[in-house]
Amino acid sequence: MSTATLASVTLSHLDWLESEAIHIMREVAGQCSNPVLLFSGGKDSICMLRIAEKAFRPGRFPFPLMHIDTGHNYQEVIDFRDQRAAELGERLIVRSLEDSMARGTVVLKSADEPRNKHQSVTLLEAIEEFGFDACIGGARRDEEKARAKERIFSFRDEFGQWDPKNQRPELWDLYNARSFKGENIRVFPISNWTEIDVWQYIERENLALPSIYFAHRRPIVRRSGGLLPVTAVTPIKPGDVVEEMMVRFRTVGDITCTAPVESDADSVARIIAETAITTITERGATRLDDQTSDASMEQRKKEGYF
Amino acid sequence: MSAIEPIDHLRLEALPDNGLLRFLTCGSVDDGKSTLIGRLLYDSKTILADTLHAIQRTSEKRGLDVVDLSLLTDGLQAEREQGITIDVAYRYFTTGTRKYIIADAPGHEQYTRNMVTAASTADLAIILIDARKGVLAQTRRHSYIAHLLGIPHVVVAVNKMDLVDYSPEVFARIKADYLAFAGKLGIKDVRFMPMSALHGDMIVERGERLDWYEGPSLVEILETAPALHSAHTEKFRFPVQYVCRPQDSANPELHDYRGFMGRVESGELAIGDAVTVLPSGLETRVRDIQVLAESLPRAVAEQSVTILLEDEIDISRGDMIVKTGELPNVGKQIDAMLCWLAEAPLDPRRKYLIRHTTRDSKAMLAGIDFRMDINSMEQQATERLVMNDIARVRFKLAQPIFADPYAESRGTGAFIVIDESSNNTVGAGMIV
Repeated sequence: MSTATLASVTLSHLDWLESEAIHIMREVAGQCSNPVLLFSGGKDSICMLRIAEKAFRPGRFPFPLMHIDTGHNYQEVIDFRDQRAAELGERLIVRSLEDSMARGTVVLKSADEPRNKHQSVTLLEAIEEFGFDACIGGARRDEEKARAKERIFSFRDEFGQWDPKNQRPELWDLYNARSFKGENIRVFPISNWTEIDVWQYIERENLALPSIYFAHRRPIVRRSGGLLPVTAVTPIKPGDVVEEMMVRFRTVGDITCTAPVESDADSVARIIAETAITTITERGATRLDDQTSDASMEQRKKEGYF
Repeated sequence: MSAIEPIDHLRLEALPDNGLLRFLTCGSVDDGKSTLIGRLLYDSKTILADTLHAIQRTSEKRGLDVVDLSLLTDGLQAEREQGITIDVAYRYFTTGTRKYIIADAPGHEQYTRNMVTAASTADLAIILIDARKGVLAQTRRHSYIAHLLGIPHVVVAVNKMDLVDYSPEVFARIKADYLAFAGKLGIKDVRFMPMSALHGDMIVERGERLDWYEGPSLVEILETAPALHSAHTEKFRFPVQYVCRPQDSANPELHDYRGFMGRVESGELAIGDAVTVLPSGLETRVRDIQVLAESLPRAVAEQSVTILLEDEIDISRGDMIVKTGELPNVGKQIDAMLCWLAEAPLDPRRKYLIRHTTRDSKAMLAGIDFRMDINSMEQQATERLVMNDIARVRFKLAQPIFADPYAESRGTGAFIVIDESSNNTVGAGMIV
C-alpha cells in the first residue's frame, strides 16, 4: 500500500484554519527581517499567540510582541497581557497613545473623544522607532466589509495607508511580503476565521482569557442603543439611569467605545452556544465607533489603522 | 418588506466539523451572482439582524420594494460610488456539516486577473448562467479559467429559471450547449443544476417549481463535494519554510535540535519514511513529526508541522523534502501558462523574480509560444503581454526549482512573478 498512499485524512475546519495561520506566520519569519506581533490581550490576539507557539516552539518567537495602549483599557486586560507575555518568556513592547499626546502628535478634539482611531498615529510612530517591516495582527475578514477585501499580506505605503484599489494580487499560498525601507506589510493570519471559529479554537486549545470576557455584574448605563459601562473614563451624565447588569465583553478595546452585551455565559462553552444563536454582528453590538458611517473602517484603514 | 424567510434547520445547535470547502462564484451581477451569495448567507443565517437592517435601510433609500440581497456583497465605498465590483471579496458561512469560504470575483472581462486570483484557492467553482441568455462568451471564459486553475469540481448553475417558466427544455438546451464546448476544453467533472436564487429554489430548499429536476440542491452539492486532497494519489511535497534551531544553553536536550518547519503541500508522510532533500539530493529517514510538544505518527496534506530527520543534513528555507523515489522535476527552465496581472506590460528584456513554493529565483522570459484568446479560445502569436492576458510562455531561471506539472500538484506547480522595481506581484504561472 505504501506506493499508493491515499491522503485519506481531511483536516477538520479548525485544523485547516490553524494550519493556514501557522503557515502564514512562518512565511513572515522567512520573508521579513524585522517583524512584530501585535498583542492586546484580546481574544483574537490570544489565539495568535497560541498559533505562534505552534509555529515556532521549541524555538523562541522570531518577533517581539507589541501593544499600542490607548490608556483606556480595562486593568484586567492589561494584567492579563503582561502575565501572558511573561509566561511565554517573550519580549513585550508597550507604546502609549498618551506619549503621542504628550509629544503633540495626537490631538484629541475633546478629553472624552474615543481614542481608537488615534492608535494609528502611535502605531506608525512605533513602526518607525523600531524599523518594523511587518506587523502581524489578529483582524478577521468577517468583522467588517472593508476587511472582506483586504489581503492576508496587506501592503502599506510610507504613510501607513491602505489603498483598496491598488492591492497586490494574492494567489495560492504564495505570499509577497516584500517592501522597501519605510514601507510596511500588515499580516493577518486569521483572516479566514469567524467569531465562532475563534471561540471554538479557544475552547479546543483551552486558552485562558481576561475575566471580563465572561459574564459578570457591572454598573451599566443605556446610551444610544448600546450598553455603556460606568467607569472612571465613562462617568455618569445627568439623567443617566445606572443599572446593575450581568454582562460580558465580546471584544475588549478602548473603554469609551467598547460596549458589553447582556449575558449570563460564564464559560467558553456557554459563550459558543450564545454566539451560535446571536442575531447581531460582533462589531455592531460592541463597537460604538464603527456605526458613524458604513464606510468608517475603510476610511480608518486608509489612514493607517490596523 | 421582503418575502424572504430564514430557514431554521440550518441554524446550528452544535457545530459539527466536517472540514472546509473553498469555492468560487463566477458570473456578473446580471447573472444573479450577488443574489445567490446573499441567499446562501441569508438562508444559512450568517447575516445577522443589524446587517440586515442596514441593507433594508439602503434598499428603502434606493426606492426598492424588496430587500436587495446583492447589497450584502457590496464592499468598498469606491465600488458603491461606481456601482461596480473591483476586487475579490471573501465570505464565510456554515451549513450542517461544513464551513465554507466563498471567493466572490467580479465577472467582467477586464477582471480576468481577479478571477484567476479567486480561482487559485478554490476547490469548486459555481458558474452561473442566466437561463434567458444561455451559454455566452463570458461562460466560456469563466469555464476556461476554472479549468486552467485546476479547480476539480465545476457546477454549472442555470439561474433565473423563474423567468423561463421553470422550463426543463431550456435547461436541457443550455446543458447540451455547455457540454459541446466543455468537451473541447477537457473539463471533466461538471454538474448541472437549475435554480432561482431570487426565490430560493434549489439553493437550500428544493422548492416545488423544479420538481422535474432530480439531482441534488446546491447546498447538497457543496456539503458532499470531496475535499481537495481526499480522493487522489499524491506525491509527498514539503517545501521548508523555516528552520528551528533553539540552541538553548539552559536545555541540553535542545542543543542539537533541528526542526524543519513547513506545510505539507501534497501527499502524506510517516515517521520512519525514507526521504530525499533537494537540492542536495541527500537521503535520510524521518525521526519525528511534531506540532508543539506533540509527536504525530504522520503528516497529511495542508498540515503545518515540524519534521526531524535521522541524520544531520544542512537544510535551509527554499529546500524541499520529498519521499525517496518520488522526485519532482528539478530544472532551470519552465514551460507554463502565465496570466499577466499588472498594468505595465511584460517586458521581455527585463529580469523578474519568480517565487515558487518557498524558493525565489531570478528569471528571464525565454519566449511566448502563444496568447490564448479567452473569448474565441484561439491561440494567437504575440510579442508582448498586457494585463489580463493568458499565454503559454517559457522562462529561464537563475536557480533550479523543484516542480511538478500544475495539473498534478497545485502547490508545486504554481508560481508568482514579482517585479523587483515595485515589489508588486505581476504574474501568476502554472507549470505545464
